[in-house]
Amino acid sequence: MPRVVFLQPDGLRREVAAPVGITLMEAARQHGVAGVIAQCGGACACATCHVYVEPDWPERLEPPEDMELGMLETAWEPRVNSRLSCQIHLTHDLDGLTVTVPAEQAGS
Amino acid sequence: MISTILIIGGGQAGAQAIDTLRREGFEGRIVLVSEERELPYQRPPLSKKFLSGELAADRLPFRHQSFYDEHRIELKLGVRAIRVDPAARRVALSNGEEVRYDRLLLCLGAISRQLTCPGSELPGVHYLRSLPDVPGIREGLKPGARTVIIGGGYIGLETAATARKMGCAVTVLEMADRVMNRVVASNVSEYFAHEHRTQGIKLICNTRVVRLTGGARVERVVCADGSIHEADTLVVGVGAVANMQLAAEAGLGCENGIIVDEYCRTTDSAIYAAGDCTYHPSLRFEMRVRLESVDNAFEQAKAAAQNLLGRPTVHDRVPWFWSDQFDNKLLIVGLSQGHDQQVTRGDPATRCFTVCYLKGGELLAVEAVNHAKDYMAARKLIAERARPDLDKLADPLVAMKDTV
Repeated sequence: MPRVVFLQPDGLRREVAAPVGITLMEAARQHGVAGVIAQCGGACACATCHVYVEPDWPERLEPPEDMELGMLETAWEPRVNSRLSCQIHLTHDLDGLTVTVPAEQAGS
Repeated sequence: MISTILIIGGGQAGAQAIDTLRREGFEGRIVLVSEERELPYQRPPLSKKFLSGELAADRLPFRHQSFYDEHRIELKLGVRAIRVDPAARRVALSNGEEVRYDRLLLCLGAISRQLTCPGSELPGVHYLRSLPDVPGIREGLKPGARTVIIGGGYIGLETAATARKMGCAVTVLEMADRVMNRVVASNVSEYFAHEHRTQGIKLICNTRVVRLTGGARVERVVCADGSIHEADTLVVGVGAVANMQLAAEAGLGCENGIIVDEYCRTTDSAIYAAGDCTYHPSLRFEMRVRLESVDNAFEQAKAAAQNLLGRPTVHDRVPWFWSDQFDNKLLIVGLSQGHDQQVTRGDPATRCFTVCYLKGGELLAVEAVNHAKDYMAARKLIAERARPDLDKLADPLVAMKDTV
């Protein structure tokens, strides 16, 4: 099982083992990672599972589709390494993926 | 001192309240009573990827069991609350137990409105609301199966789209003159009707179901005009009503839902309510509303949790909704009731357009079809009571955020 790391807004580091095939958002939510709200549950409709992907990782992910890009523009403080965690599907290659959870989420 | 908080109902609102209570530092006893056997789970996929089988059941729960263990949540699943005694602050459960509470939170949700016409009681008449409803429907969605959906609202259309993708021969019967007539503008209805028909769905509006017939199970649907629709599989999606019997029997004020104030408090000061079951004031929209919405359940539960802990928190959010049908995403924010102006941005033929509602010049609500940017910008504008420039608003080349 790949292990992924969330750097929470409260400063805590949460490492979570998650099965291949689920999304990064689901991994966060199942374990109650702080700051990943994911209100719409992965429908790409709310931008509340926004994360910053740590260096070296962005190019190893599948690039975002238009819907995600549209949502990201209106996420809380988007940056070049912003992604919606509901659109990142976990694979073995993503073992060690590290993301920072923003201090706030859109509309929250 | 508040030592026990009892939550009845394990849907979106109940799950969120637990989360907020612990995050906010409540160390006392939290008991969740849910008549559903499953850990609190997401409902939206039930008509979409869970119905089609793309999403496995283990991906529906919000949280793993370990989360509840870690946070010391007493889960009483598959248990029904039978009676609330507000005077004694006690709830009787179907397993014979009684739970005493200091604060009670009702997250009872909504229940499907039932058909009442002759034949409604026949086996094989499916409703779609909870996880156990799904396997029976899915089993019937075999390629070529004649699938009749009664009701062209969110549930009906999402189910129709899923069934069609699974290869079924789908007929949707809608009583009104257009689909989703209570929730979207006529050009949005037209757009979605066209999408469904293009995908091969037989969509019939202005038709009233008068009778279901069959032998051991339902086999056909008879409409007022005499038309008969053969049904191998039948799903009914004709709306929902608040699940409020428990509250009403306890003597709490109920009307269209459990009456709560902006602090999510019912007419009993120790009892709060959140989610689809509430009839609550919207200060922003200056009316009482009952919302069937993930967002409202989530936000109202968050506010309720704060209030349960004695921290006055007003619930007054701009609600939002979404629906996925085929490759279309409908995003709605705000409430359009009482609007005096309507502006469409963009051409439906481009498959990307937005309908805006205004009242006295203020943006009230937006229905965005495949247009995330308009929708997200509108969420902000509506909350701020912004007054967009009408010419700019009508011009799809001007970004929504730049219309003020």
